[in-house]
Amino acid sequence: MKSSKLRMVLQSRSTWAWPYALFLVCLVLLPLILIGVYAFTDPEGHFTIQNFVSFFTKSEAINTFIYSIAIALITTIICLLLGYPAAYIMALAEFKTPQVMAMLFILPMWINFLLRTIATVELFHMFGLPLGEGALLFGMVYDFLPFMIYPIYNTLQKMDMNLIEAAHDLGANRMQVFTKVTLPLSLSGIYSGIVMVFMPTVSTFAIAELLTHNKVTLFGSLIQRSFGEGGIGMWNYGAALSLIMLIIIGLTSFFGGDKEDINR
Amino acid sequence: MLENYKKSKIEKRGLGERIIAHAYLWLLLVVLYAPILLIIIFSFTKSKVFGNWEGFTLGLYQNLFTGYDVATNVQVDPNLYRAIFFTVIIALIAAVISTILGTLAAIGIYYMHPRGRKALTFLNSIPMINPDILTGISLFLLFVFLGISRGFGTVVAAHVVFCTPYVVLSVLPRLSKMDPNIYEAALDLGATPFQALRKVMMPELWPGMISGFILSLTLSIDDFGVTFFTKGSNGLETLSTFIYADARKGGLTPELRPLFSLIFLTILILLIIMNIRTHKQQNKTT
Repeated sequence: MKSSKLRMVLQSRSTWAWPYALFLVCLVLLPLILIGVYAFTDPEGHFTIQNFVSFFTKSEAINTFIYSIAIALITTIICLLLGYPAAYIMALAEFKTPQVMAMLFILPMWINFLLRTIATVELFHMFGLPLGEGALLFGMVYDFLPFMIYPIYNTLQKMDMNLIEAAHDLGANRMQVFTKVTLPLSLSGIYSGIVMVFMPTVSTFAIAELLTHNKVTLFGSLIQRSFGEGGIGMWNYGAALSLIMLIIIGLTSFFGGDKEDINR
Repeated sequence: MLENYKKSKIEKRGLGERIIAHAYLWLLLVVLYAPILLIIIFSFTKSKVFGNWEGFTLGLYQNLFTGYDVATNVQVDPNLYRAIFFTVIIALIAAVISTILGTLAAIGIYYMHPRGRKALTFLNSIPMINPDILTGISLFLLFVFLGISRGFGTVVAAHVVFCTPYVVLSVLPRLSKMDPNIYEAALDLGATPFQALRKVMMPELWPGMISGFILSLTLSIDDFGVTFFTKGSNGLETLSTFIYADARKGGLTPELRPLFSLIFLTILILLIIMNIRTHKQQNKTT
């Protein structure tokens, strides 16, 4: 009786996911809950909202936060403006091997991004350009542009060409074809591109320090510092900052994912 | 049909427009590759400072492989080799665990009750959406909370966290292509579930598992953020954290230049080979 029950459990293959389910609960869900727990406690473990109060009252923290969002938004916009035409040309223009072109845009990502960032700094040195906001934006766009190009390229490539042809036949000019047909059909690619660029840029640390020689601090670096050099007392504050970032990431992916679904 | 249409559309475009379009792509590529080119160029000079040209030499390549500078008899930073070693070992172990865990999970998810499937798919997507810093910090807090000292084991566990979701996603499509009856047939013919998995399902899922494994390797090797928060302070470094520590000290170990030039070259050659292969296969089918 017992062994037949065991056999049934083993035969229903849904049980094969149980180890992973347990793993996810312990190493994904529980850690995220811990961020919340640490954010609302003091080092002694008592409930407090002091961590959030100090974030909203410290002008350094709140300014860094707003600045980081602005930098991430600007980076995302530049990536979109540079990346869309590139994806468009690759997907719709005549290339004997569009895959090779797409590959060429992804290949740099195989070199360690920190080393690439350092090389970018060298490039700025060589041309005698100052390291500052300009270098930061250049470096961020440089690092994340492939994340914008690839999803847009993918959706454009899957697009039904007959629709464009039909629009042409029905008398639309090229501008109209683009704004009424191509652009709306590539929106899902644009959304995932925006999410894929915005999320890493808003949360990045390390890159900013390297690109500006510590002249600019981003929100990610602020979080990193409260866990690194801050000592144990700063962990709760760092957790509060992490929770704020988690909310931003959650909102971004929620709205990004949502619109993508509507589009399908 | 499509090809012909594309061509006719291109013919409608002016030559000037085409030149601008191509020039734009190549310009982007030049900018994208400029820093990498710089790394490769300066791997052929021996200057300690990246960006100073002190004449052509293969000295750094020699240093990288022999472990010390023949001219000055100074040792190359031994931490570099340890970092390379740990990067590779961690990536291999994490990728193997992720592939096994993720494949079993994909099979389980596929045959699950819709509600359970939805919940697990959602949980599975969290590590993919979460940025490195949040994955890293949340795991850091977990290890601190449970009193687990951070080191090799915690880094591997952390890498399994962000690699496995990609394995699940690359195996799932193979499952929907598979004939659902062959597993049951194998059981009816007397195979144990394990035998049925190994002899019947595995051959079908293999391509998905391979791509999941390779993706895991690359993600693990490339990771910086998660490793940074889970490696502890016992001197464990991967290449990423080694480079970061090096850059913060001000000087970059010169041997990193030939190392990454070689890595880049290897991947370039691998991609070219893969491309030629798929081309040949395409030609066969048409």
